[in-house]
Amino acid sequence: MQMQLAADELAVTRGERFVFSGLSFAVSEGEALILTGPNGSGKTTLIRVIAGLIRPAAGELRLEAGDAERTIGQHCHYVGHRGAVKSSMTVLENLEFWRSFLAKDSIDRLPGRDGAALDAFGLLELSHIPAGYLSDGQKRRLGLARLLLTRRRVWLLDEPYASLDAASQGILDAVLDRHLRGGGIAVIATHQPIDVSSQRELQLGVGEAEAG
Amino acid sequence: MRPFLALLRRDLKLAMRDGGALGTAMGFYLLVVAILPLGLGPDLNLLSRIAPGILWVALLLSALLSLPRMFEIDDEDGSLEVLATGDAPLELVAAAKSLAHWLSTAVPLSLMAPFLGLLLNLDLAAYPALLATLIGGTPAISFIGAICAALTLRSRRGGLLISLLVLPFSIPTLIFGVLATTAVQTGTAEFGPPFMLLLAISLVSVVIAPLAVAAALRFQMQ
Repeated sequence: MQMQLAADELAVTRGERFVFSGLSFAVSEGEALILTGPNGSGKTTLIRVIAGLIRPAAGELRLEAGDAERTIGQHCHYVGHRGAVKSSMTVLENLEFWRSFLAKDSIDRLPGRDGAALDAFGLLELSHIPAGYLSDGQKRRLGLARLLLTRRRVWLLDEPYASLDAASQGILDAVLDRHLRGGGIAVIATHQPIDVSSQRELQLGVGEAEAG
Repeated sequence: MRPFLALLRRDLKLAMRDGGALGTAMGFYLLVVAILPLGLGPDLNLLSRIAPGILWVALLLSALLSLPRMFEIDDEDGSLEVLATGDAPLELVAAAKSLAHWLSTAVPLSLMAPFLGLLLNLDLAAYPALLATLIGGTPAISFIGAICAALTLRSRRGGLLISLLVLPFSIPTLIFGVLATTAVQTGTAEFGPPFMLLLAISLVSVVIAPLAVAAALRFQMQ
């Protein structure tokens, strides 16, 4: 059975106001869902809802053909605005920590050492430098390298292209493409066009309705 | 267990590297204990009588200093959200972080206490009891402190609020800790019963706190 992430009439409130309501979508494996819309339209909120950090006010979110023992959030790699990078640990130590924290058992761990993840994002020469010395773009790449540490089927990326140079953007596109070809799902909030094979777009508007 | 150990190891490593927190706590502990005799006068009998109480109260205040940073460091850089999507339940994350706080703050402070006892003319016979009560009683401080740290995570002036929240809850620990130490020093009462109660408080906190911390963190991340 195909894995599918589906939302049904999803609504989220912030205070008295709906961020969005009546939102439905479905993404199957191999597909990327691109979230677009103006600032404040709820792109980050939707990603946090999928990650299980925010509880929706109404509606339902399900992951078909997932692991029944795990929550939807536990199927996801979440890379938000902030990279979850510790300045006083080296680049390699940062990755080693996330690998051993996120991998439940050895099956989850992808073959190859952390070096492979670093290499993919061009951070190999920097692996023994404390992460505090990295530039914004390099920190961003380190945050993204987490995607390659353990196998998780759903990737949630919030503005992944911010502060990346053209070469790194190309790397991310390639990594994303490989993930999708391998039967993964990606939900990406972004303002710029993305170059991956199979994608559908979800346009979020500005929430104007008042919550009852 | 693997995520638990990984997080514990990381937090201990961070505590070592960003050594400022422990250094401040130890310096504060030393200073509070060192200036008290100056204020009380050179009455050795008085000092040795109140020494257990002073050492306990001062340790409590020193341990509070590093509590606000407990979850803040992970909230600032986005680590908390990734920790929440891990396979380990948030309760386990909370337990690992509280245990790391105990190991990196409360244990070094407790080990320092006997040396500070010298400044207060604490009876030599009371040293083992002092150390035992501190080691056995401080888990309650770290674990209850974690609840308060999680509750005040995103509030301004969270540090002050934490002290207001934690101190009332640490009164039982304080009473039984001082009681057990004084009992040995004066020889008038038994060490056993208050020490057992102290351990009981610690055990209850260790069990209940992770549940409360996880609930508080889930709410904070909404």
